[in-house]
Amino acid sequence: MIEFYTSLHPVVQGVLKGLAVIMVIFPIGGACSMAERKVSAWIQGRPGPNRAIVPWVAWVPLIGPFLQRLGIFHVMADGGKMLFKEDALPGHVNKFYFVLAPIIAMIPALTTVTAVPFGAYLDQAGKVIPLALANVDIGMLAVFAVSSLGVYSLILAGWASNSKYPFLGGVRASAQLISYELSMTLSVVPVFLWVNAPGRDASLGFARVVEFQSQPGFLGGMWFVFLMPVSAFIFMTALFAETNRQPFDMPESEADLVGGFHTEYGAFKWGLFFVAEYAHMLIGSGVFTLLFLGGWNPLPWIPLGQLVDWLAGFSPLAAHPVFVGALSIGIFLGKVLALIFFFMWVRWTVPRFRYDQVMEIGWKKLLPLSIANLIFYAAAIAFIQPRL
Amino acid sequence: MATPVIVERKPLTFAERTYVPQILAGLKTTWQHLVKPKETLEYPEQRPAIPPGYRGVPTLVKDPHGREKCVSCQLCEFVCPPKAIRITPGEIPPGAPTRHVEKAPKEFEIDMLRCIYCGMCQEVCPEEAIFLQNQYSMTGYTREEMVNNKVRLYELGGTLPDQHLKWDKKKDAEVHGNDRH
Repeated sequence: MIEFYTSLHPVVQGVLKGLAVIMVIFPIGGACSMAERKVSAWIQGRPGPNRAIVPWVAWVPLIGPFLQRLGIFHVMADGGKMLFKEDALPGHVNKFYFVLAPIIAMIPALTTVTAVPFGAYLDQAGKVIPLALANVDIGMLAVFAVSSLGVYSLILAGWASNSKYPFLGGVRASAQLISYELSMTLSVVPVFLWVNAPGRDASLGFARVVEFQSQPGFLGGMWFVFLMPVSAFIFMTALFAETNRQPFDMPESEADLVGGFHTEYGAFKWGLFFVAEYAHMLIGSGVFTLLFLGGWNPLPWIPLGQLVDWLAGFSPLAAHPVFVGALSIGIFLGKVLALIFFFMWVRWTVPRFRYDQVMEIGWKKLLPLSIANLIFYAAAIAFIQPRL
Repeated sequence: MATPVIVERKPLTFAERTYVPQILAGLKTTWQHLVKPKETLEYPEQRPAIPPGYRGVPTLVKDPHGREKCVSCQLCEFVCPPKAIRITPGEIPPGAPTRHVEKAPKEFEIDMLRCIYCGMCQEVCPEEAIFLQNQYSMTGYTREEMVNNKVRLYELGGTLPDQHLKWDKKKDAEVHGNDRH
């Protein structure tokens, strides 16, 4: 099996890997939409969607009703509805750009996945090899560069809809995303200043960041969320704004803009915007996990290698690369999903900011804070790290 | 005269201006809501407890001897604000054990598409024959189905206890003389 795979042409291998990752991201996106409804319901004291069921699953005792209560089948019902309902194209829109916008929304959302490593395995020498579609050295740069293209789809959707509310939504989206992009980028610079220690090849890759969080010793095994809490806080806040989540969902704000940029959209095109939004959330949470939460390391000060050594004490099978890979992906996904839950939890906790407050927080609070943070860490790193 | 109360507006502290402590407190509150038991009554499986005095679907009732109590005086028909009740008065056949009761409805219809559940029919009924009972869910596929006829009304109403049994007393008085009244 593995031999057959490695004998394939590298391009075919890449396509297979890419498809595999997309096949994971899409269902997780769908599951997130369900989780959104469920978490919302739970916080509001409701059980949430729990009725739909497929007959032959209903026959399975215990598991069937459990899945039904969990609302698993509502995902299929929602998806089916989204696919088969009439996809109306309003008469007053610019048809080409109107159709183009949701497609453009998907492209950056799925492109950024390539640069994000999602697991690791240990080779014979015990060296950690990250699992990624493209484990490139410009990882962070690639993610920032491509993910900020996502705003074009919102602007395009708002403009092509040729209607007041979508237009306002599109304008807000562009203003908000540009404002928060700055502090987001500046907040991660200290991390990369720290991991690019003197005497090493320069790298903006995520693998290096995770490697730095899995070193022995108190400072070495410390996740960056403890080492650089202000950076983590700014990154998280900017992430909320970048993914248009409450309390920053200005582009959508159903209270004052009907539906914001997607007011005129329906059916599958509307669904694409949402899958893109969830994919953005997934990638954002993934990046946050890699940068600040130790990536695939199970606990602070316990790197993956240590866990695998401990498990190998029970069974030699635990040291097999496939098992280690699956374990690390599981740990990573667990952290990412916990962050997604956090997104949903915050949604029902913090009321939406007013538009002027969003701008004030972005420009007058977060940006100076991130610059001060950068200066502080630059000075501290210059002081601590050995000179060449 | 009320003295004006001057509320002192303290300037926000640094912690308050960062929003962070408030957001954490809010997260704690929403978490408590997340884990506590759910409030929802899952309707078709779980039914609400009906409080006493509930005004559900109006029904006709029989007395404990199984006699229909309505004497078709039509007061309810006249008082009904949306004119949902239609009564066709009828005779009680001679020789029937309830012959001493003057009249009985031949047909009694309540149009549930008109009924507003105000309870005036129950209030006005001198015979305590019509009651708004506990049933709250009426459905049907046609307009005709939503009209409760006499049979259906007695089916829904059943028998309720009666403290007066006034027609029995009247018959008693006819037979034994009027001394007891």
